[in-house]
Amino acid sequence: MLKDVTLGQYFPGDTAAHRLDPRTKLVGVLIFIIALFSAVNWISYGIMLAVTIACIAISKISIKTITKGLKPLVVIIILTGLLNLFYTQGDVLISFWVITITKQGLKRALFMTSRIILLICGTFLLTYTTSPVALTSGLERLLKPLSKIKVPVHEMSMMMSMALRFIPTLIEETDKIMSAQKARGADFETGSLAQRAKALLPLLVPLFVSSFRRADELAVAMESRCYHGGSGRTAMKRLKMGSIDYLAFTLGFIMMFGVIALAYFGL
Amino acid sequence: METAILETIALRHVYSAGTPFEKTAIGCVDVRINKGELVALIGHTGSGKSTFVQHLNGLLKPTSGQVLYNGTDIFADKKTTHNIRYKVGLVFQYPEYQLFEETVYKDIAFGPKNMKLSDAEIDDCVREAARFVGVGEELFEKSPLELSGGQKRRVAIAGVIAMRPEVLVLDEPTAGLDPKGCDEIINNILEYRKQSGSTVILVTHSMDDAARIADRLIVFSEGGIFMDGSPHEVFSRTEDILRIGLDIPAPTAIAEKLRKLGLPVPEGIYTSEHLKDAVLSIKKGGCTNA
Repeated sequence: MLKDVTLGQYFPGDTAAHRLDPRTKLVGVLIFIIALFSAVNWISYGIMLAVTIACIAISKISIKTITKGLKPLVVIIILTGLLNLFYTQGDVLISFWVITITKQGLKRALFMTSRIILLICGTFLLTYTTSPVALTSGLERLLKPLSKIKVPVHEMSMMMSMALRFIPTLIEETDKIMSAQKARGADFETGSLAQRAKALLPLLVPLFVSSFRRADELAVAMESRCYHGGSGRTAMKRLKMGSIDYLAFTLGFIMMFGVIALAYFGL
Repeated sequence: METAILETIALRHVYSAGTPFEKTAIGCVDVRINKGELVALIGHTGSGKSTFVQHLNGLLKPTSGQVLYNGTDIFADKKTTHNIRYKVGLVFQYPEYQLFEETVYKDIAFGPKNMKLSDAEIDDCVREAARFVGVGEELFEKSPLELSGGQKRRVAIAGVIAMRPEVLVLDEPTAGLDPKGCDEIINNILEYRKQSGSTVILVTHSMDDAARIADRLIVFSEGGIFMDGSPHEVFSRTEDILRIGLDIPAPTAIAEKLRKLGLPVPEGIYTSEHLKDAVLSIKKGGCTNA
């Protein structure tokens, strides 16, 4: 049940998309988002769609996985579509009772929903093809200039990687405690909202206790291995940009400037 | 034939079916547990013991197959599945991590309270359960988090015993305790069984414990039953047990060594008492005794 969450999960693989430097992918997603929000017409959306499909194809992530990931967000997507559809002024296409659908509304609804879907696909591709460790070390490296102005970049990325590391552990632990309480007759599934909230207590208390214990143990383990923060620390796996990264950057920038150009010089 | 209180028919469980992470935890397990028996389940980590016991009280639903309690399918309807948890009490591995109430008393009372018993009955159950596991009444008003590891473990076990289950299932109740703590828990369980007459299923890694207290051993290997029989039967087949990567009890190992030295020690020795008798009879009768 809890184990079936695919949101932000990493799928190991050895495709070009997996081999890209995490920094490239992070910046790439940023470029992708900028381009996506600059897109205003059919051609630019077409380009974005093509790029997304190409990326999915390269990463060999199955369409089923992607749609499964989209599922929890279906409500938001539909709501966005409907709001844009009904509340845009313009040339009336259909009108009955209180509902009016305009040509502009239809176009906008289509654009907005595809924008959200593409946005989710793009960011999913990042987490699907990048291990959490690579992701945080990429982020740390990218944000390193900020440490000049006393931003604790290393500490932040360490915290992030630990948080990511403990998500599966916590899920497993939750499952275990839930089973143990169910074995004592706890009921998490029926009853009113207040009853159910109260029923969570036997789950949350042990979960908190064990989280604190784990945090404590982890701190001791890190200290006994002489961890003392970021200064002077070297990495076992050094990030290195290869020709494939430069190629990806080039293509990414071409896409972004192309889409922006299309938006400003109009077609 | 004795009546089976719990029975599994062709029980199979597959985790994450239909994904790349699919794994068959247990495949086709048929077991009859008779009323009043003390059964020890032994097997390697990952052999399916823990998955198996979670079916016995309906926490896990089998992929295929059935679990019968006194002849009725426990998954027949939701109510039966829920009520079976009070009949088959399951103590998880490291049960101390499930303690959550403010006081020891309230924590032990959690199960009986869920059974909607009256306050007087709950009080009865709690005091009785605490007595079985040797938790003194002076601890009742303490927070469970203040107790020592062994005490926490006992409070957690009491929390399940307090539901007065017909069958008590314990998943490695002695894991991570010191030898003295282990012995105490095992003795508590034996005492509980003697007084309440309930059926006990014990998952354990300790061959010595299994040999010492169980009426019957079920050996799991790779998701199936490898052996099922009395300790004498099982420990007569030391080669097979060692082959699937399990240990044999210390007395059995000593008997094996003696036999290798050419002494006429019989097979199937598994307690120190037996070993002592065998050795003494050799001493008395020379090499004629077999």
